[in-house]
Amino acid sequence: MSTNIKPAGEGARPTRHTSELRLAEIRREAESTGNVVAKGVRPGGAPFPQASPETGYYGIPLLKEPSWTWEIPLYFFVGGAAGAAAVVGSVAHYTGSDRKIVRDARWIAAAGSVISPALLISDLGRPLRFLNMLRVFKAQSPMSVGVWTLVGFSGGAAAAAFAELLTDRYGSSFPVRVIEQAGQAASLLFGLPFSNYTGVLIGATAIPVWNEHAADLPIHFGMSGLSAAVGTLELMGNHKSRALGALGLGAALFECWEGLKIEAQQKTALEPLKRGGSGTLTRAGGLLSGPLPAALRILSLLSGNPKSLRKAAAVSAIAGSLLTRVAWIYAGHVSARDWRLPLGIGQDK
Amino acid sequence: MAITAFLTDSTLCIGCKACEVACKEWNAVGEDGLNWSGFSYDNTGAVGAQTWRHVKFVEQTPEPGFGGNAPEMNSWSFSSDVCKHCENAGCLEACPTGAIVRTEFGGVFVQPDICNGCGYCVVACPFGVVERNEEDGRAFKCTFCYDRQKVGLKPACAKACPTESIKFGEIGELRRDAENRVAQLKDRGMKDVEFYDASDTSVGGTHAMFILRGDPRQYNLPPRPEVPTVYLKKAWRGSAIGALMLLGGAVVAFMADGDRR
Repeated sequence: MSTNIKPAGEGARPTRHTSELRLAEIRREAESTGNVVAKGVRPGGAPFPQASPETGYYGIPLLKEPSWTWEIPLYFFVGGAAGAAAVVGSVAHYTGSDRKIVRDARWIAAAGSVISPALLISDLGRPLRFLNMLRVFKAQSPMSVGVWTLVGFSGGAAAAAFAELLTDRYGSSFPVRVIEQAGQAASLLFGLPFSNYTGVLIGATAIPVWNEHAADLPIHFGMSGLSAAVGTLELMGNHKSRALGALGLGAALFECWEGLKIEAQQKTALEPLKRGGSGTLTRAGGLLSGPLPAALRILSLLSGNPKSLRKAAAVSAIAGSLLTRVAWIYAGHVSARDWRLPLGIGQDK
Repeated sequence: MAITAFLTDSTLCIGCKACEVACKEWNAVGEDGLNWSGFSYDNTGAVGAQTWRHVKFVEQTPEPGFGGNAPEMNSWSFSSDVCKHCENAGCLEACPTGAIVRTEFGGVFVQPDICNGCGYCVVACPFGVVERNEEDGRAFKCTFCYDRQKVGLKPACAKACPTESIKFGEIGELRRDAENRVAQLKDRGMKDVEFYDASDTSVGGTHAMFILRGDPRQYNLPPRPEVPTVYLKKAWRGSAIGALMLLGGAVVAFMADGDRR
């Protein structure tokens, strides 16, 4: 593949037309006066860039941009929400809480267990070879750990939802209860890492904006997933649950803190989160995940838990969670295009 | 089986691109775009899925006295870039299918019959070498001519190089050669000659080593490349903290909520 090279002095380049006009002018002047004092035509792109320790190799990016397509940020969002929903649902199940939350959480997790692999497979360059990922397990590869987590999670979540369906239709029986308990336990066990491993996945890469934030990304993504899971559960009619309200508020407050932390850090590597299109998107995602739902939830607590405020908070949190994942991937592209960082040029002034 | 390496000596490179052509011919690598960069004689830019060898044309501030440069003309360096075949290879560690392996010659090889194009190696390479070919779907990079090495041949690029700028051989011998060559060039007055193999970083050295004039950064070689596995520990610690927060938060929220059935 050819790299899309942009000349460093872009914009300064005269069009073919203007340089031709200038040439004609010089010729006329030479003919009439016999002398030309003009500097002549400036060649396109001049002054020519040089390779130097300050300018790198003509500013051609060293790193390659991620080759992932639109499925990946969506996968991060769906997986995060489904994993967190499974955890919330399992805890609700084991603490004997509201049965409807347990049920709805199972359906969210089950939907995630189908959509997530579909998104992951469709992003592959060779989707038919998905199973090649299951021929090895590599602890040092977050992608490998993640795929196995996905397999475990999908199995567990699907089993729990299947048991739910069987119980509804044919009543409870011993084998169904075994499937239900095993599925619930597996979806809790695998749901915990599944809710946030995608932060490890992009944190442990060569992309500066991602690896600079490697320690925080999994927590950030996990809490973002929790926001989306709580929001979805609330929209499914669980908007009266105080436990969900508390979880939603906690996640929103954490996202406020995360946003402040990113804004406070003056690191060159984190610039894509603050500048340009990726910066705008990151801030929009942060606003919808943090301050807005937090304010709405506090307001709803103060005004006797009206449905409208809880639902508005839920919608905002879900949109914020999705935007946040898109923004992080976008920032990764911007970061990979920045030739200065991997060369250690202009770092952390 | 000998552990092999490339030593690319940019003081000998004449920028003829025979290595690029030989690589493309032997490995049947497709065309990589017919674009004019518009600012240097390098119209290729970087190694990638369809460019496994790439000659960099480094135009620097004039420095008279070497290479026959006239005093007012830019000084030229050429350097043939290639996959570094790292000792701790980010792509190999990241590959979830096991498609990327270490060969018996020490090189890093993407098995095309295993790779499923997940693209994780692309973001794991600190040198920006491996790339997904969007038409084909799989990831590609220099194979270190594994097929040729198997039958005792030099890699195609080293074979084609007319000035022996690309040397191929046993890695220890090449390191000694490089040491001698650097000393020899310094004796001749090239004070800015450097040896680059990233051996003092987490990458742990490379099987494609370089002799360069001047700062490696002007050749787009990172002064401190890091293999991304160095971030694993703190990232997984973050994941554990995140999981605990999620579980703990849910337990506290549901236990505190008296609303039980």
